Amino acid sequence: MKIVAICGAGIGSSGILKVNAERVLKKLDIEADVTAVHLDSLEMARDAQVILTSAEFVEAIGKTFADVIVIENFFDTDELTTKLQASLGS
Amino acid sequence: MPLPELTGDSVEIGAVVADWRAAVRLAGLALVRSGAARPQYGDEMVRMIEEHGPYVVIAPGLALAHARPGPAVLADGLAIVTLAEPVTFGHPYNDPVRVVLGLAIKSTDTHLAAVAELANVFNDSNAIEALAQATTVAEVQAIMSGGSE
Repeated sequence: MKIVAICGAGIGSSGILKVNAERVLKKLDIEADVTAVHLDSLEMARDAQVILTSAEFVEAIGKTFADVIVIENFFDTDELTTKLQASLGS
Repeated sequence: MPLPELTGDSVEIGAVVADWRAAVRLAGLALVRSGAARPQYGDEMVRMIEEHGPYVVIAPGLALAHARPGPAVLADGLAIVTLAEPVTFGHPYNDPVRVVLGLAIKSTDTHLAAVAELANVFNDSNAIEALAQATTVAEVQAIMSGGSE
C-alpha cells in the first residue's frame, strides 16, 4: 500500500501528515509506505492508492486513480483514523 | 534532529498585527533574531501562502508558516508568535489564527524527526489554546516541551 502526503513545500505540513498517518496506520495494523512530497513532485504520487492533502491542493492534484483524502485538522488523529478507515475499507 | 530550541529571541507573545502577512513576517523576524534565517525568509513564507493558499493553517487557530530549504535558511529553527487579536488567513475550516509557528529547515532529509516532535506537542488538542493564553516565554517553552516528556 502506498500513501502520499502532499503540500506546497514538501516539509512541515506534509511531514506532519506523514508522521500522524503512520501512527494511525500502525494502530489500525495496516502496512503502508507513507511519503511526504511537494506539489512539484506529483509524479511520485502516480502509483499511490491514497493521497492525503489539504483542500487547497485538490485542484492541482487533478485527475488520479488514488483516493484523495482532504484533512482539515492535521493534528486530529481521530479525523485521520476515520477517513483512512473509510478509504481503506478496514 | 530534535525540535529546534526555543529561546527568548524566537518567541513573541501577544503581538498586535494588522493581517496574516504581518503575522507571518513577525515569525520570519523571530527566525532572523535567533540566527536561523536571513531577512528574506519572512517574505518567502508569505509567498508560499500567496502561491498555494492558506494550507499552512493546519489546525484550528494554528498556522505552520514555512518556505522551502534554500539560501535564506541558515540553520534549522522554530519560532512562535502568539497574537493579541486573531487574524484570518482565508482557510475554509481553521480560521481565525491565534498562534503562528515559523519553521526553517536546512535539509528535507532530516526534518521529519523535528516534525514528529511537533506532532507530539499538538496532537494534544489543548496545546494551541494553551499557547494562545501563555503570557511568558517560559510557559511557551513548557508547552512545547510537553511532547517529549
